[in-house]
Amino acid sequence: MLDKPEIAADARPWRDPEAKPFVKIRDVTKKFGDVAAVNNVSLDIFKGELFCLLGGSGSGKSTLLRMLAGFEDLTAGTIEIDGQDMAGVPPYQRPVNMMFQSYALFPHMTVWNNIAYGLKRDHLSKADIEARVAELLHLVKLEGYEQRKPNQLSGGQRQRVALARSLAKRPKLLLLDEPLGALDKKLREETQFELVKIQETTGVTFIVVTHDQEEAMSLSTRIGVMNQGEIAMIGEPQDIYEFPNSRFVAGFIGSVNMFEGVVTEDEDDHIRIRSAEAGGDIYVSHGVDCAPDQILWWAIRPEKITLTREKPEPEFPDANITHGMVEDVVYLGDMSVFQVVLESGKRLRVTKANSLRGDPEAISWNEEVWASWSGAAGSVLTS
Amino acid sequence: MGKLERRRRLGADLVTAELATAGLPRPVWRPWGFLRERLTMMGIGGRWAVILPPLLWLLIFFLIPLIVVIKIAFSESVVGQPPYMPLLTISPEGDVQMTLHLSNFIFLTQDHLYLDAYLSSLKIAAISTILALIVGYPMAYFIARSGDRARNILLMLVILPFWSSFLLRVYAWIGFLKNNGVIDNTLEALGVQHLIDGLNVALAPLGWAIPPLPWTMLYTDFGVYIGIVYTYLPFMILPLYTNLVKLDSALLEASADLGARPFRTFLSVTLPLSMPGVIAGSMLVFIPAIGEYVIPQLLGGPSTLMIGRVLWDEFFTNRDWPTAAAVAIAMLVVVVVPLMILQRAQNAVVER
Repeated sequence: MLDKPEIAADARPWRDPEAKPFVKIRDVTKKFGDVAAVNNVSLDIFKGELFCLLGGSGSGKSTLLRMLAGFEDLTAGTIEIDGQDMAGVPPYQRPVNMMFQSYALFPHMTVWNNIAYGLKRDHLSKADIEARVAELLHLVKLEGYEQRKPNQLSGGQRQRVALARSLAKRPKLLLLDEPLGALDKKLREETQFELVKIQETTGVTFIVVTHDQEEAMSLSTRIGVMNQGEIAMIGEPQDIYEFPNSRFVAGFIGSVNMFEGVVTEDEDDHIRIRSAEAGGDIYVSHGVDCAPDQILWWAIRPEKITLTREKPEPEFPDANITHGMVEDVVYLGDMSVFQVVLESGKRLRVTKANSLRGDPEAISWNEEVWASWSGAAGSVLTS
Repeated sequence: MGKLERRRRLGADLVTAELATAGLPRPVWRPWGFLRERLTMMGIGGRWAVILPPLLWLLIFFLIPLIVVIKIAFSESVVGQPPYMPLLTISPEGDVQMTLHLSNFIFLTQDHLYLDAYLSSLKIAAISTILALIVGYPMAYFIARSGDRARNILLMLVILPFWSSFLLRVYAWIGFLKNNGVIDNTLEALGVQHLIDGLNVALAPLGWAIPPLPWTMLYTDFGVYIGIVYTYLPFMILPLYTNLVKLDSALLEASADLGARPFRTFLSVTLPLSMPGVIAGSMLVFIPAIGEYVIPQLLGGPSTLMIGRVLWDEFFTNRDWPTAAAVAIAMLVVVVVPLMILQRAQNAVVER
């Protein structure tokens, strides 16, 4: 096996209660007038992490990032970076650099001067600056573009100049505000991997703000989902997707089918939920912290449901199966999305990988189908 | 049948169809259509119709008078009405003769008064422009960085002086600047004389001394600088403001983020990016200041030499129109040359 450097993605320091966080955000609140853009957020980020702050517009993710950079004052709370309290430290004295959403490249300077800008402020020798800029240009694969002006570059090239400029001073912490937002889809996917690679080779701690859940999933060691100024959930990408802690998180990340139901059986090893929406019982094959007759929600991802024409033998008696009619089929190439109308009128979204080429047996419009799932396929949500 | 031909045929058919159904043609008075038709007949299309009015305006009110002035500049001065010889003469034999007198221009180079006046005008205009820039830049910066509501009020305050007469405002300065005027009296009332005495004791070893109150400010070059800076300040502030207000605050944040202190950010980011505004504002102050007449006349002293005053004297005191016209033409050249240089510099900045 190849030798890989010790990185946070492998070491997972957040699972160790003894580990010392690198960035410590405690009870941070930011109010603009009466509106709290960030409300009582506490967050630990560890060295070498690539942490994504994910949220819709107005969720407070950018404000939190700007407070880390020092562009916004805190209304309440503390931010510590590498053990140092950041209160009253101006942006130009923080061990932090930021890559701006619009890149904020200096339009009157060449690529070389843009990258060297931060180094010049440190009064490095000319030779040191030249060596460092050359190193960075190599890192972002922009050799030969030294004398170009930003307006002579493509969007992807500008993004790389901005990244090089923000990495130039070897910050302990790099903040990236929607780093790939301005790139087209194809370029974005390529750049995502580059970004992870650069993060792993430089070992710098990255905090990335994004509204793109796919980007967050593919980039990060951990994701913090933000909603209305608060952290809704913090976890590894898999946890966020497979074990969401609330209806908001389940709905925000990927697509999901959500059913409201009432607990009829509450045992240590399983629970049973009666849901009129789902048209039957839902059997969950693990214990859940709930009470009989409690109303709760059950969420299942589209790819975890199986569609069949014949009624399959249920895994559990009278549960985890429902009947409906295919209303719509969307062919996406790698998979197809089926929309099934249940007898309750609720629409179920199911995806199926197209493993056969031009499958003649494929389920089609207006067919009566059975949808079934396993006992551990869905998540029980109480909030 | 070719495609084009078929289309033509179709068009012809449509026209005949229209004529057939139209019945009796009803005459409709369309003034714009009529005008357009006439203009088109004269070869004036849409683009020309737009350009023509300003072109005519410039031709009648700028180019023709300029040609008249040039004509006078090349003629000979006489005592009479008009006080210059005609350029074209027709001899009794019917020969048309044109005599260009370069003597007026040669005279300008011989009498050092004119050269001194040009140089002095350039100097006063340049110093005034620099002063206006030093005063105007912070004001423009502050206005551009203030909130939306405050910004509108501040801009209004900058433009407000234009609502009263320029002449009146310059006159008002006489009351401020004169000996025992508003400024002198205020300084005296504040006890500044004691401060000056104290400072003079400290400065004595260096051989410097601050003159005692009251200070003579009116009828000096200083008064002219005050007048020009005061009058032309809005012309400096407005282009600077329109430039600075467009400045992306993310660039300033990026600079701070990379370790630049606010003053460094100003020198490296704000100032270079505002150069087009600096050049535009400087041009708007410098060029009219060169030919300024009223301010040096009212606030300047007898030693304040400016080309505008020389021109006035030449016209109205000496009644030497040809020399005055030559001064005017020479001044035009002196103004146009720096204008072109600045224009080029600005284009270079914009291209960058």
